[in-house]
Amino acid sequence: MTLSPSTMAAVRASGAVPQAEYLLNVENVRKEFPGVLALDGVQFRLKRGTVHALMGENGAGKSTLMKILAGIYIPDQGEVYLKGLPIRLKSPLDALENGIAMIHQELNLMPFMTVAENIWIRREPKNAFGFVDHGKMYDMTAELFQRLNIKLDPDSQVRDLSVANRQMVEIAKAVSYESDVLIMDEPTSALTEREVEHLFAIIRDLRSQGIGIVYITHKMNELFEIADEFSVFRDGRYIGTHASTDVTRDDIIKMMVGREITQMFPKETVPIGDVVLSVKDLSLKNVFYDISFDVRAGEILGIAGLVGSGRSNVAETIFGVTPATTGTIAINGKEVKVTTPNQAIGLGMAFLTEDRKDTGCLLILDILENMQIAVLQDRFTKFGFVQEKQITAVCQKMSETLRVKTPNLEEKIENLSGGNQQKVLIGRWLLTNPKILILDEPTRGIDVGAKAEIHRLVTQLARQGVAVIMISSEMPEVLGMSDRVMVMHEGRVTGFLDRADATQVKVMELASK
Amino acid sequence: MTSEQATVTATSRRSRRLPPEVNILLVLIGIALVFEILGWIFAGQSFLINAQRLRIIILQVSVIGIIAVGVTQVIITGGVDLSSGSVVGMTAMIAASFAQSSTWARPVYPGLTDLPFIIPIVIGLGVGLLAGIINGWLIAQTKIPPFIATLGMMVSARGIAKWYTKGSPISGLTDEFNFIGTSIWPVVVFLLVALIFHIALRYTRYGKFTYAIGANAQAARVSGINIERHLIKVYAIAGLLAGLAGIVTAARAQTAQSGMGVTYELDAIAAAVIGGTSLTGGIGRITGTVIGAIILGVMISGFTFLRVDAYYQEIIKGIIIVAAVVIDVYRQKKRKV
Repeated sequence: MTLSPSTMAAVRASGAVPQAEYLLNVENVRKEFPGVLALDGVQFRLKRGTVHALMGENGAGKSTLMKILAGIYIPDQGEVYLKGLPIRLKSPLDALENGIAMIHQELNLMPFMTVAENIWIRREPKNAFGFVDHGKMYDMTAELFQRLNIKLDPDSQVRDLSVANRQMVEIAKAVSYESDVLIMDEPTSALTEREVEHLFAIIRDLRSQGIGIVYITHKMNELFEIADEFSVFRDGRYIGTHASTDVTRDDIIKMMVGREITQMFPKETVPIGDVVLSVKDLSLKNVFYDISFDVRAGEILGIAGLVGSGRSNVAETIFGVTPATTGTIAINGKEVKVTTPNQAIGLGMAFLTEDRKDTGCLLILDILENMQIAVLQDRFTKFGFVQEKQITAVCQKMSETLRVKTPNLEEKIENLSGGNQQKVLIGRWLLTNPKILILDEPTRGIDVGAKAEIHRLVTQLARQGVAVIMISSEMPEVLGMSDRVMVMHEGRVTGFLDRADATQVKVMELASK
Repeated sequence: MTSEQATVTATSRRSRRLPPEVNILLVLIGIALVFEILGWIFAGQSFLINAQRLRIIILQVSVIGIIAVGVTQVIITGGVDLSSGSVVGMTAMIAASFAQSSTWARPVYPGLTDLPFIIPIVIGLGVGLLAGIINGWLIAQTKIPPFIATLGMMVSARGIAKWYTKGSPISGLTDEFNFIGTSIWPVVVFLLVALIFHIALRYTRYGKFTYAIGANAQAARVSGINIERHLIKVYAIAGLLAGLAGIVTAARAQTAQSGMGVTYELDAIAAAVIGGTSLTGGIGRITGTVIGAIILGVMISGFTFLRVDAYYQEIIKGIIIVAAVVIDVYRQKKRKV
């Protein structure tokens, strides 16, 4: 039997909650998204008064699990127990009312309201006339801040606060719900060292009050400083739970990446030619610094790094989406200026962007229109008129070569699966006959079959002498496909690994320095 | 393998779906029939079988239609042009001031009367084009919302129209100039404009880029489209067509007044939206807009025919415009689900 959230809330209010061993207990949870199995038979157990870190690579399933705990996603299968009672959370509000509060990575505060108003929103104390009692609200906030040792004026506007202070407000808000479980997603990503210390002090204090904290981080050293236990996930599966005192950093990295790399990547060794693209000391202010690398004809250069390491930004800058602040780009030994994508295309570059929906697909248009758009710039037009017959035939052929599954080219691209959309976008770039192909997360969110096809295609292009740059969060993909791997961390290159030396452990070490 | 091959082939072109204009055309026919029936009931005569009335309808539609062809393209890019009505007034005034006959007692430029009719036309088109380029430049370079940029132009162009002669109308235009407004020439101009831009949108690179920008400006940019330059082109065309509409308006009235074209921009937007152009961009066709403009014209004429009070007409027109946008939003939603 599963209790409804409201029953559970009532039980909680009556104080009749049994003393269960675990605050929160997730058993055998499964969650599937179209084409992706995000979680498969996952378990997670949070003890009272502990900080429990979730560890795993990008795409391991951490955020999906966290969102299930916070009521944002509903699991397809499996049970969630809150203090031993089975519960089915249907919304974030459900979770909140049952004592589970989540602090999002991107903070959800209203900038033009005061700190106190933000904390008590929806629950403002009211006076006899039904108006908000601001005096009482101020006192409640001050009291809360004192308890948490936060030094902030409840009357200050949120927009005037630093990111760190906003984080404190979020935490105070979560605590104000008398939450038993606090979920924190990369809470330190925008904080300075001193602010992190303060945050940790607060977390330790909450822990001593018996609150359970689910903590997500990519930073290894934080794990050892603050976490009591950690659970590792990989490819949507649960790997194991350990006390942080029992293991070393290397053990954890091995658990995170520890899969055998099967030969699912059709990597061929092809003759590698001359340097085609040479990037020197490329910087984009406040984003990345002094990036230098060469890519040769036929070579696949993988770029690895955590989300936010600046991988995609480097690609965007090379392609002229965000022109570089300093540094040079040379093609075939000749220095070039690239300040717009248009110029980049003219120089023989192609760029499959990371976000298919935002910067790739023309969703409401059909396959033909999506595929032809880049090549129309300088081919297949006569006096401004599109040579419909020719371009349609070429797109038709491309669509067949790439095995786009569609009844015809007049199908709207939004009706295709992710993998087929990606193939159309790849087709868009192949039509331009690129010499340099930049692929940003080329197989994200697409099914295994289409993935293999795209890998095969990339290999084939390399064989034809295209210089390929491939950015991917998927370690096996980077290792399996690349001739060399460049690893980035916080906007800087932390190392290059040759195919022979590149292992997941080495890449992870460079990526999480 | 066979099943895969079966699904892979993209060769078989499914028989073309009915174009979306068919629905709008049916609406037009429906509305016309309703007026026909009401005509026999309340006025005791036919609404449609009346050459005089049909002529007036298509003449009225022409000016709004010319503007709407430009506005449709702007809306397809995801923008909007509020300035076209004022640009009509401004170009009507400026063009007319170069089209005055020497027989007129007090021309604006006494030294420049009896000019060949091509000169006021070129000047008028140039003024409209310039207004459009300014709109486009503001939107592309300063990134201010099209709503604001063209609102500014709307106010300023109207100001110029009034300032130009300190409010007095310009009359005594040459017969050659007035000729454009006589007979069915406005309709010919309108249909020619519609045809040209129908072809441009469907068969040229200009058209493909216009739709691409409206569908996803970021993706269009990454695909190598110079968005700034293209937007300036689109707004320039809208301005040019508003200028053309101004010339036709002045020629039809055989005079120019600073108040010409007030709220035309709204009628033009309404015609585009009724014709199926989506305010969120990326969707729209000239054929739809032409039918949309005719629907508006038929409604106005029909209400007058049934002796519906002019005040009610405006109220009803407002409701129709809102209803068209509601339908558009509904269509968008249905598409997403």
